[in-house]
Amino acid sequence: MKPGMGRPFWLALAMVIALVAVGVLQSWNVALAILNLQLISAVMALGINIQWGYAGLFNFGIMGFTALGGLAAVLVAMPPVAEAWAAGGRGMATAAVTLAGTAAVIWALHRVVKVKALRRPAMALVFVVGLALTRSFYSPSVAAIEAVDSSVTGFLGGLGLPIMVSWLAGGALAAAVAWVIGRITLGLQSDYLAIATLGISAALVAVLRNEDWLARGVKNVTTLPRPVPYEQDLHGQDWFVDLSAQVGMDPSLLSGLVVKALYALLFGSVLLVLFWLSHRALHSPWGRMMRAIRDNRDAAEAMGKDVTRRHLQVFVLGSAVVGIAGAMLVTLNGQFTPASYAPFRYTFLIWVMVIVGGSGNNGGAILGGFLIWFLWVQAEAGGPWLMTLLTSGLQEGTSLRQHLLNVAPHMRQLVMGCILLMVLRLSPRGLLPEQSGKHNLAQRRNGTERS
Amino acid sequence: MKTNRPSMSWRPPWWIAVGMALGLVVLSAVSRDGGGVNLLNALVRFANFVVIPGISYGCQLALGALGVTLIYAVMRFSDFAHADTMAFGAMGVILVTRVLQGMGISAGPLPTALLALPFGILGAVILALVLDRTVYRFYRQQRAAPVTFVIASIGAMFVTNGLVRLIIGPGDQRFADGTRFIVRVQAFKEMTGLSEGLALRTTHVITLVVAVIVVLGLFFFLNRTPLGKAMRAYADNEDLALLSGINPERVALWTWIIAATLATIAGTLYGLDKSFKPFTYFQLLLPIFASAIVGGIGKPLGAIVGGFVVAFSEIAFTYPYRKILGYLGFEADGLVQLLSTDYKFAVCFIILVVVLIWRPRGIFQGRVI
Repeated sequence: MKPGMGRPFWLALAMVIALVAVGVLQSWNVALAILNLQLISAVMALGINIQWGYAGLFNFGIMGFTALGGLAAVLVAMPPVAEAWAAGGRGMATAAVTLAGTAAVIWALHRVVKVKALRRPAMALVFVVGLALTRSFYSPSVAAIEAVDSSVTGFLGGLGLPIMVSWLAGGALAAAVAWVIGRITLGLQSDYLAIATLGISAALVAVLRNEDWLARGVKNVTTLPRPVPYEQDLHGQDWFVDLSAQVGMDPSLLSGLVVKALYALLFGSVLLVLFWLSHRALHSPWGRMMRAIRDNRDAAEAMGKDVTRRHLQVFVLGSAVVGIAGAMLVTLNGQFTPASYAPFRYTFLIWVMVIVGGSGNNGGAILGGFLIWFLWVQAEAGGPWLMTLLTSGLQEGTSLRQHLLNVAPHMRQLVMGCILLMVLRLSPRGLLPEQSGKHNLAQRRNGTERS
Repeated sequence: MKTNRPSMSWRPPWWIAVGMALGLVVLSAVSRDGGGVNLLNALVRFANFVVIPGISYGCQLALGALGVTLIYAVMRFSDFAHADTMAFGAMGVILVTRVLQGMGISAGPLPTALLALPFGILGAVILALVLDRTVYRFYRQQRAAPVTFVIASIGAMFVTNGLVRLIIGPGDQRFADGTRFIVRVQAFKEMTGLSEGLALRTTHVITLVVAVIVVLGLFFFLNRTPLGKAMRAYADNEDLALLSGINPERVALWTWIIAATLATIAGTLYGLDKSFKPFTYFQLLLPIFASAIVGGIGKPLGAIVGGFVVAFSEIAFTYPYRKILGYLGFEADGLVQLLSTDYKFAVCFIILVVVLIWRPRGIFQGRVI
């Protein structure tokens, strides 16, 4: 059965109704908070859909690119720390130059020296010496930078630009890193690529956690500027107090809602632009070429398509979208906390969104982002509620009941797993399956859908 | 990179250089005051902080990687749920251990967990078989693409992880009991008169002994029993194996049973050695995959060697060598640590990438995915 236009419409309507229900039953504050993260999740899912849905690339490194986006937010929006630059800027620059020099010399040795027996020891020697030299500049500068008022700064700071710039910068940073990673790993086939990117993301987050001079590591950067006004600034102003009197709401409550709604507007417009771009890309000759490569790599290669380059291209594009989402996430939170990047939340949950929504279908990915985030949040709240109901037969204060109530929020992992498995089984191509001219090709890749 | 070079040829200059450097180090140590004692101290310290933990961690990774590699060989997908299966099995062991401790049953100097191990294995096997019946079998019969299996295994990972967190909670659990040390640092110092001590913990010895027994048993099973041979035949050539009357369902059933058993043992040994925490177990996924791939995925022997390569690299790259170098006559200012301990995942990943680029099929020429 080929789903018509009805299905996306009804599913989107159901999502809106669910959000309104949260607004009415719980609070509009909660509903808007969910909406903001839904929008960001949808952007992430869109990025992964570009990689997986268009090109069949298995990227399990989403967490790393999200974190890079967050790093960009810090590096762009925080004011520069002049003392730290004075203390260690020169040393850091020297270290960077030495490192680049070492890499260049190794590359040159690799190219120039033809005698194999000489080449490896020479390269190893240059590597060790270069690394030692770099470290001799690097370690003292790190110590100097981190010593600068370490409870407040202790890092180099950023550029002091408006934080909205960082959304673009986050995309650019993620794209640059994705290019390097892609050059290394894209020769690998599906499973290997997944494991390699999983490893890369863990390594990236480890770097962000430990390099305090860069973005304070686990000490977190908490005072990021905002693209929208602060609540207290709003309800200090007369027109706002008048407005809230007219609406009949407490100014402090209304200001929270307005701020969240402004965020939602910003994120929503980014999502719309990205959706429009990726929609156009998918239905262009480029998009058809990507799907051709995905569905039959050998045939596409025989037709003269440079598969490796196209894969690299799509890997960079998708990662850039994830990087944008990462920067938006940090903007929303107002803080950068490297310790909070966990693969479950930032890699596998996004995958559930793409698979459940419908890989290869941009609308599907966005729907998946909305739906899965909604369920993820509501399952955390619903778990304890359900558990209270289930354990109401048990005596008050028994240790079993207490334990069950304590662990109930973790029910959401179970719920997500069950949803993923059920969608994969009953509707393997997702809730909004890919729609392409050659229907059967997509079916052959994703298994047949039972109707 | 698509270079498929023949096996590495021997390169004499490389090894001669390393040998000479080591010889110089030994000479410089022996020629100082205190002479050989300093060398012994350095060796003992190295054994205590690098070799013994490395062997123990290597055994645990090898057992985990064996499960991954078996599942890959037979079912042709990377099981992302394997680390959580380890956690599930270890959780069963912990729960039964608590019950046994409550009943006053213990294994004397050995940890009670060893008595509880069969129950944990049973739990993990039941979970694996339920997941196989409800999830994987459907795709096997459909002959679905490997990526579908991988995505299904992510679903299984969520479910298993959720179950573990629901049943035992996300917190830290310590369940090692019995005698903690076989040789204590103080006793070793008194015995030998060296200034460095060597501690031999019970868990290290148990890990090694159990791992050796399990691996020997596994290789006997794979090489000598009809079922093991059927499994290897199926892994080598599915169609040919089906033609010769091997029942694929039976092979799959036993693969899951063995993989779950290995996972539980690995998880229990890791938990005894360190401690049990669901998130830590989830993080083991990466080193386990790295071990299986470094050794050559689909090759049991490769998984074992890979486990040790990964374990020793992780520890050797993150250990501060200052004191050891001090004994050898090189006074250093810093810790002489190649990488901070938090970078152990990075080490894993670097090994993985290096192997994948220069030797994409791993040390033992496993499958190309």
